[in-house]
Amino acid sequence: MPAPTPQDAASQDAVPSGGPTAGGPLTRRRFLTYVVAAPVLTVAASSVIAPGNADAVVPSPPQPGDHFDLGDVMSIATKQNQDLFVLEVTPENRIIFRVPRAEVGQGITTALAIIIADEIDARLVDVDAPLEDARQDLGTAQSTGGSSSVRSLWDPVRSIAAEARARLVTAAAQRWNVSADSLTTRDTAVWAPDGRSATYGSLTEAAAQVDQPAVSTDPKPASEYKLIGTATPRIDARSIVTGAAKYALDVDVPDALPTVVIRPPTLKGKVQSYDASEALNMSGVVAVTELPTGVAVSAKTFHQALKARSAVDVTWGSGTVDGVSDEDIESRLTAAIPPMTPALPSTQKLDATFSFAFVNHAPMEVGSAVADVHSDSAEIWVASKSPTGAQSAVASAVGLSADQVTLHVIRAGGSFGRRIYHEPAVEAARVSKAIGHPVKLMWTRNDDMRHGRVRPRSHHQLRAVYTDLPAVPREVLSYEHRASCVELDLGSGTGQALIDAGYVSPTIGAAFFNISQVCPYNFGVVTESLNEVSYDMPTATWRSVYSAQARTAEEILVDEIGKAIGKNPVEMRSMFLKTEKARAVLDKVASEGNWGRAMLPGTAQGVALHAEYRSLAACLVEIDCRGSNPRVTKAVMALDVGRQINPSGVRAQAMGSVIDGISTVLLAGNHMDNGAFREGSFSDFKYARQADAPLTCDVHLVGGAGEPGGVGELCVPAAAGAVANAYARATGKKPRNFPINF
Amino acid sequence: MPNYSFKLNGQNVKVDAPADMPLLWVLRDLLGVTGPKYGCGVGVCRACTCHVNGQAVQVCMLTAADVVGKRVTTIEGLAPEGGLHPVQQAWIEEDVAQCGFCQPGQIMQAAALLKSKPSPSDADIDQIMNVCRCGTYCRIRKAIKRAAAT
Repeated sequence: MPAPTPQDAASQDAVPSGGPTAGGPLTRRRFLTYVVAAPVLTVAASSVIAPGNADAVVPSPPQPGDHFDLGDVMSIATKQNQDLFVLEVTPENRIIFRVPRAEVGQGITTALAIIIADEIDARLVDVDAPLEDARQDLGTAQSTGGSSSVRSLWDPVRSIAAEARARLVTAAAQRWNVSADSLTTRDTAVWAPDGRSATYGSLTEAAAQVDQPAVSTDPKPASEYKLIGTATPRIDARSIVTGAAKYALDVDVPDALPTVVIRPPTLKGKVQSYDASEALNMSGVVAVTELPTGVAVSAKTFHQALKARSAVDVTWGSGTVDGVSDEDIESRLTAAIPPMTPALPSTQKLDATFSFAFVNHAPMEVGSAVADVHSDSAEIWVASKSPTGAQSAVASAVGLSADQVTLHVIRAGGSFGRRIYHEPAVEAARVSKAIGHPVKLMWTRNDDMRHGRVRPRSHHQLRAVYTDLPAVPREVLSYEHRASCVELDLGSGTGQALIDAGYVSPTIGAAFFNISQVCPYNFGVVTESLNEVSYDMPTATWRSVYSAQARTAEEILVDEIGKAIGKNPVEMRSMFLKTEKARAVLDKVASEGNWGRAMLPGTAQGVALHAEYRSLAACLVEIDCRGSNPRVTKAVMALDVGRQINPSGVRAQAMGSVIDGISTVLLAGNHMDNGAFREGSFSDFKYARQADAPLTCDVHLVGGAGEPGGVGELCVPAAAGAVANAYARATGKKPRNFPINF
Repeated sequence: MPNYSFKLNGQNVKVDAPADMPLLWVLRDLLGVTGPKYGCGVGVCRACTCHVNGQAVQVCMLTAADVVGKRVTTIEGLAPEGGLHPVQQAWIEEDVAQCGFCQPGQIMQAAALLKSKPSPSDADIDQIMNVCRCGTYCRIRKAIKRAAAT
């Protein structure tokens, strides 16, 4: 039970009281940090609601993304839960923070370890950031998504670290019988003016008994940061490069049987009947289990399971989209676009229509999970961005309650949105229950490509109307963006947080589109909307969700408007951008990227910009379209992400996004043919490889004060837009359908 | 079941395995060596890249019979116990890894490249076909050049 010694933490950010329609008095949240009863110092954070304070609130109801976005939803979800996040100091002098997020490569464990080490004055190597098991009490606050992890954890994590530091200092003061104010902290220890020191580990038991800290528990001012803002390699770099890092299928669960699933020829086809007699006689095969999604084969090794897979004779029923191909979907998407607003007399209009293919997430690690299910309990190991959702789904699939399911969150070999969903965990649990044996279940790459989730196919109609009168400066009077896409499944993780916050109208996707789409330009009357078209197929949020397509299309149009009114792409943006902060990142890429330098025919520069997650990114690329395959030869990015926790991690996210931009614009997508995805592996899903990557990729960070903004998904639209615009300028073509080489 | 002998990360190993079992699964499921990753099973993604007699190979495309009497090195055996190979060191210094899943294969590929070409050109590096879905290619390129310079 928490001891009632609330210390008012620094965070006093005001948030609206609920979803978009929430009324009533505005409220204001503060963090309370407190000591959890334990033999060693264990500090937790909670939140309280204080009466509204008119001069400290964000206007409500929330307006579209300018004012309120998914990251804000996550911050609220995070703050609303009690007994949130716990920091422990062990006698061995380890500072342990169990991370209520997934590590999928985005570097959240490193970022949080840096924040904690800086705030508590520990050496970074003394901080452990293991991933927290699923906790139903955290609910969607344990979800990872929306580039919101640092944004939502920044305040509570600093608060608990500061609280812990204050108690350790107080314990040292009591031990030495000196004034707490005279003590300093560094290197995971408290230091006295006479040079004495005591490690935090040696003080932790005494600190747990401290009644009232004798020094401030406020987080330190930014001027005192030593690690925050300093480029630092990942804390798990060594384990990765030595092969020691464990992914779900590397976890040693004794006797877990390798298991693969025979899947239908078309999406979501059902098993009608099957004959496994031959497979069951094959060497190493232990069991064959029918699942709602196919037929599972469990064997002593994956080799034997895979071999037996082809020996099972399955009769399949129809799938959910049999007979449907890309062209059918495209025509329904086109039909879902409402009529565009007519242009007024004495104006010119510019219309453009874009379509983006399905794109698989294709993380390097295929879908996988380990499950050990018993009659009254279950244990699951899975890389999940929605651990409590996975826990509930597993529980319901095997007839247990969520609290009977222990779900370990394992590091993921990539996600890009994919691991918000957890089909492999549910399948593994069903098989384990059916055969009474632990199993490790793996999707093959083919399974992942053909039955895994995809970024939904989308269609975009854009219209810009601008003045066209002699002697009048040309202005954009209106800008209209009508999008349609295959319905996006948002019913998990951060999407569920959105639903819980009331964003459901007219569809969840459309509501999400409304709060995520912000045009960064002063284009007069801006109208943007999304209509979803329903198909029963496995879609999922894909890095930067709608923005990857919608904002890319817009950035292409910006170049084309510029051409129509006689402005080059940088001039055009500079003239119409709404904010100086946006102009700053644009100026930075233009200067660092040597914008406007002479280029050979068939080669060109392209530029684009994106603002989301309280951050900004501009990208400039150079492309060479003289050979058979266009090659982006150089990329320059400028980012303003507010407070940078780890500049190396921020740059890594930008660099990866450049590869996403290159891949999705030029190379990689998934065809839908008669109810099934065509591509089967990286041989035909042509995601960028080394020879497609720029030879240099420089990422410049500007700004850096205040609160941290989101980073993980920020750069995809800017990179994709820059690649498309460079391609257009190098070839003279107007790119409309993506990927271009499909 | 046939029996195969080879040298794995400096140790002699004997393993009973079906004749057609890919070396990837021999390593992972029979010998408990999990550094080499399954990413496609068809030699395309190259997440399973290891060395056989110092050459980079995709172990999903070989069987145990293919390596009888040969030296198989996985990421676990690239450097002496407790140490780091210059490529691994460069990978840490350039902070290459993101999710890390492809990196054992990337590092084994880079180490083999540097053995045959101690100062690889950009064109040489472009020949690396290992997929990195996080898009760490630029840092991989820098890390290879850093390792080449040490």
